Amino acid sequence: MTKIELPSYLEQSEAVSARFDKLKQREVILEVKNLGKQFNSQQGVVTALKDINFKTHRREFVCVIGPSGCGKSTLIRILAGLESPSSGEVLLDNMPVFEPGPDRGMVFQGYTLFPWLNVKQNVMFGLEMQGATKASAESEALNWIELVGLDRFADSYPHQLSGGMKQRVAIARALANKPRILLMDEPFGALDAQTRSKMQANLIEIWRNIDITVLFITHDLDEAIYLADRILVLKANPGEVEELIEVSVPRPRHTDQIISPEFLATKKRLEELIHPPGEEDDADGLHMIRMAQVGDDVEVME
Amino acid sequence: MSQSTPWFAVRQALTKKQVTTLTLLSFFLPILLWSLVSYVPFLWHPKVEIVEPGSVTWLKPGMLVDKSVFAEQQQLATEQKSALPEGVGANPIYLPAPHEVAIAFYTAFTTEPTRSSEQWLHESLWHSIQIIFWGFTLSSLIGVPIGVLCGTYVAISRLQEPFIEFFRYLPAPAFGALAVAILGIHDGPKIAIIFIGTFFQQVLIIANTTRKLDVALLEAALTLGAKKFQLLFRVVIPGILPDLFRDQRILLGWAWTYLIVAELIGTSSGITWFITQQARYKNFDNVYAAIIMIGIIGVVTDILLAKLGKRLFPWEKEQVKA
Repeated sequence: MTKIELPSYLEQSEAVSARFDKLKQREVILEVKNLGKQFNSQQGVVTALKDINFKTHRREFVCVIGPSGCGKSTLIRILAGLESPSSGEVLLDNMPVFEPGPDRGMVFQGYTLFPWLNVKQNVMFGLEMQGATKASAESEALNWIELVGLDRFADSYPHQLSGGMKQRVAIARALANKPRILLMDEPFGALDAQTRSKMQANLIEIWRNIDITVLFITHDLDEAIYLADRILVLKANPGEVEELIEVSVPRPRHTDQIISPEFLATKKRLEELIHPPGEEDDADGLHMIRMAQVGDDVEVME
Repeated sequence: MSQSTPWFAVRQALTKKQVTTLTLLSFFLPILLWSLVSYVPFLWHPKVEIVEPGSVTWLKPGMLVDKSVFAEQQQLATEQKSALPEGVGANPIYLPAPHEVAIAFYTAFTTEPTRSSEQWLHESLWHSIQIIFWGFTLSSLIGVPIGVLCGTYVAISRLQEPFIEFFRYLPAPAFGALAVAILGIHDGPKIAIIFIGTFFQQVLIIANTTRKLDVALLEAALTLGAKKFQLLFRVVIPGILPDLFRDQRILLGWAWTYLIVAELIGTSSGITWFITQQARYKNFDNVYAAIIMIGIIGVVTDILLAKLGKRLFPWEKEQVKA
């Protein structure tokens, strides 16, 4: 692949690179080493992930993006311990992980609140699994519910909540366990645009206020740029790390920044990585057909 | 006035009033048909009830004869210029009119049994209900836990289900003689038949319901630190309870269908005894009354259980049912 010329805004100012240098000096929370995953399918062995390497540092916000089928979800499921890798390893605080545990909180794409428990009981669930007494779990849970702004709904059941509220409870439920890292698998994917941007702001606010590292999967470039310190770009077939981009858009960020030069430059760079210029043949073909149709219409009109 | 839904809108909920109307109609229409056949002579009435035998010696008042036979006799009498037999159109004895069944329904509870050894209708019914209760309870006590375990652990499912799949094809009544040999002639074998009829289906159905629990809930629990038995007791069981309750309602209905067979085994008893006895005496009005009674008990139990389910599982979203 030919090297794409970097737009000037991607070249980091000294202040920005100093920020990232400082970030990288923090302790490593999660480290992924030579991770690979293969599935046996009817077509033979399919490589879903190949040779993935990256680190997340304390209080860092990392987004993973990539085209569909690049193994984003497989990656996060392996990190959570819900699937095991075919090769390589996942280290949390330098200790290998093999199975799911409360040290890695997870927020799923679908709604996974327990429908038979109310909001408070849902948030208490993990604490009780850890052996906390009911009273201490309850007061702890109420703190987290307040943090996600749902104190008025502590006694409501999931079916009485909107999609955004459900995901806020899911975040509170995962955080209540005080995990080392919060894994989020396209958590806002099912929400409408307005709710999603509110949820993003909400999440950033929570992240700023507590000591948590976040690994967030999305296919939405704007979402990734708005949220992340660094963006891990995966490419498909096999899922490999294409590049790790440091987002130079300064914090605190605002949705208005979506048209700022840094934002646009980052977005352009991501688009180039996900849809490299060489792979546009199909799209060109489609374009041609459309043009031809329009041309015909014009002729008929005359 | 509230807007009502078009009657034949595809998969759209009807208004409460429409639903009530249809519910009433669903009972009213069969009764209407029954009434028409019973009270409108030209519709069916294949028999003739003799009112006045006339000159035909073998006819007695109240006797039912075929229309063709009656016509023949009338013809004969006309030719011989003797007194004509008279009669009115009637239905066969096995189809009593609604009002006769209604009266039988009432008298069945008020009439003393003809012999002191016999039971009142309500005693027979109560006996049947007890048979169902014990058969179903015993089956559930074993079948529900096994079903849940089969649905949760693949190993248990692989160990249990092949044999159960085989066994459920064996008709429960086939074990009647065996049950009598082992358990005697009284209630034991009857309860056993209900048990056999219910248990094997129960395990498979409950296992299937358990398997339908969203895996994502189990995964979420795992990432929250739930381990082995916590998963079973804190996620699987509460997660399937509403569906399990619904399954049990359906299974209870099946248990009732085995009742009649079960009660014929050993010494005949309960509502079946009442029905067979009354049929032998050709008191078909009583037979219908007893059958309707079983239906009413079934429907009322089911409605009560449905209400109980709603109260027990308030988090269950309104299921589309109408």
